[in-house]
Amino acid sequence: MKILRKLIPGWGAIPVIIFLILWEIIARINLISGELFFPPFSLIVVEFYYLTANGVLGNHFFSSFSRVLIGFSFGTIAGLFIGILMGWKSLIHKALNPIISLIYPIPALGWLPLLMLWLGIGEILPIAIIFICSFFPILYNTSTGIKNVDKNYINVAKSLGASNREILTLIVIPLALPNIFTGLKLESGMAWRVIIAAEMVAIPTGIGALMMRAESLMRIDIIIVCLIVLAAMCFIFERFFLYLENKFTALWS
Amino acid sequence: MPVIILNNISKFVCKNINLKILNKEFLVLLGPNGAGKSTLLNVIAGLIDYDGSVFFEDECINNLPSSERRIGYLFQDLYLFPHLDVFSNIAFSLKIRKNNPNKIKHRVDELLKMLRIENLSHCYPKKLSGGEKQRVALARSLAAEPEILLLDEPLSSLDLQSSKYLRRELKQLQKKLGITTIYVTHNLTEAEEIADRIAVMEQGKIEQIGKAEEIFFSPKNKRVSEFIGAPNILDCNRYRNLGKGIAEVDCEGLSIIIPDEGKKVKKIVMLPRDIYVTEIKPPGPEVNRFKGVITDINTTNEVVRLKLKAGKSSLLAELPHHIYNGMNLEIGKEVFFILKLRNIKCI
Repeated sequence: MKILRKLIPGWGAIPVIIFLILWEIIARINLISGELFFPPFSLIVVEFYYLTANGVLGNHFFSSFSRVLIGFSFGTIAGLFIGILMGWKSLIHKALNPIISLIYPIPALGWLPLLMLWLGIGEILPIAIIFICSFFPILYNTSTGIKNVDKNYINVAKSLGASNREILTLIVIPLALPNIFTGLKLESGMAWRVIIAAEMVAIPTGIGALMMRAESLMRIDIIIVCLIVLAAMCFIFERFFLYLENKFTALWS
Repeated sequence: MPVIILNNISKFVCKNINLKILNKEFLVLLGPNGAGKSTLLNVIAGLIDYDGSVFFEDECINNLPSSERRIGYLFQDLYLFPHLDVFSNIAFSLKIRKNNPNKIKHRVDELLKMLRIENLSHCYPKKLSGGEKQRVALARSLAAEPEILLLDEPLSSLDLQSSKYLRRELKQLQKKLGITTIYVTHNLTEAEEIADRIAVMEQGKIEQIGKAEEIFFSPKNKRVSEFIGAPNILDCNRYRNLGKGIAEVDCEGLSIIIPDEGKKVKKIVMLPRDIYVTEIKPPGPEVNRFKGVITDINTTNEVVRLKLKAGKSSLLAELPHHIYNGMNLEIGKEVFFILKLRNIKCI
């Protein structure tokens, strides 16, 4: 419960409630267009219930969620590991930085055609896209965070008798945490945006694919349900990392 | 017996520096910014590469990494680890030496008590005041019982009162622990108050090393003299105790009242900034008030220096620009000047 309370701040809900009421009123009095193109919020809730009850939403959501979780976890672990190495060892930074600087600006979805040919259309494709989407920014933030730690903290730790490994684990990584969490917060939301886009283009399951199917059936209510799920997941993921960041750094940063 | 010997040390601005620091000594490296004082500390701590040799006792420690030199180093900006609370900051060196938790707690509690910061044990550095941070940093550098303590302008960020108070405490602590200490500062008063010996550094060279009085009464060259404020040094040939803690001395034709320390005075020294110059005769008793003639006026960026001739003496007085500009002074003009009794040093 404590975690839930921290994730959803009380006062922040008020504007959302006002927005939903306005939405309902505007749709009911046909201020914008017919019910088909702009269904009221209550109909979206009903559709959400149907999609959940018959398991359609759950199946598609689980497909997207598992892809994000696996791709983001691997991307984060690899990004943290190589980012720490690059930030700590200037030789590794010199060797890898030119390559990473070239690849980093390519948007994750830009890899999609290439990966479709290389990996084929299957479960590994969206995971690979999410991996790429999270790996580079997390690597970049981590290596920058490590490099930006004031060298005087390192000198102090050295003079107190710490070995290089102890300096890295006890001083440098903790001091780089604010930077690392900035990367994690941004990319956890981005992973969801990218997976939906990838599923819309190339993968037959997942929230993105459900949206495309709804579009072909003119089911705007389903599209909105999917968008709400997407917004909620981006929000929850970002809030989760904000919570972790506060837990680990709020006392001192 | 010297505990630290620096042999032909060269790094950055420092060129071929030779220095011996005695066991349990409190040595102050005094000099302007950029003189190479901090560089020398970093050499001793092994934090930078250097040319030359550093010996601890008789052992050359050039190849000994910083972590094994048994040094406590208090940096100018302290650099308390912001992610650790006061207890963990102080315990850092003990934890990495794998001391058992009970021993760590005992030692940290001892230091917290010694430096009177027991109540701060669980605070994070961002909540501490400047003086508290200073104490925590000092406790951290002393935790592993180092043999040598290096202090790089540790009090420069504090207000005058706190700095003076902590300076005294630091000196007492150093005597109590008997730890060889090297203290870097550009503040003359600080150096004089705290040092067993002072090494005056300028442009990467040690210009003079000795006790505070030696530096004041016999500056080795013009650079040292200028750095310590170009003091006026007068020979005294008559001494008369007037009681009530004061005495009268005859210095090159001037009869000067000085603080009496119960011993015969051979020389007195006063800084130009401690001579008060006025165009009109000052009111009050005729104590250390003289009439003189301006024989030279020398303007620098910071101050205006007047050369005054009074009796057989020639004295240098110093005025800030804004005061000089408000007066009508010229060479050959007669002026009055007062020597500030409390600022006269005697030997």
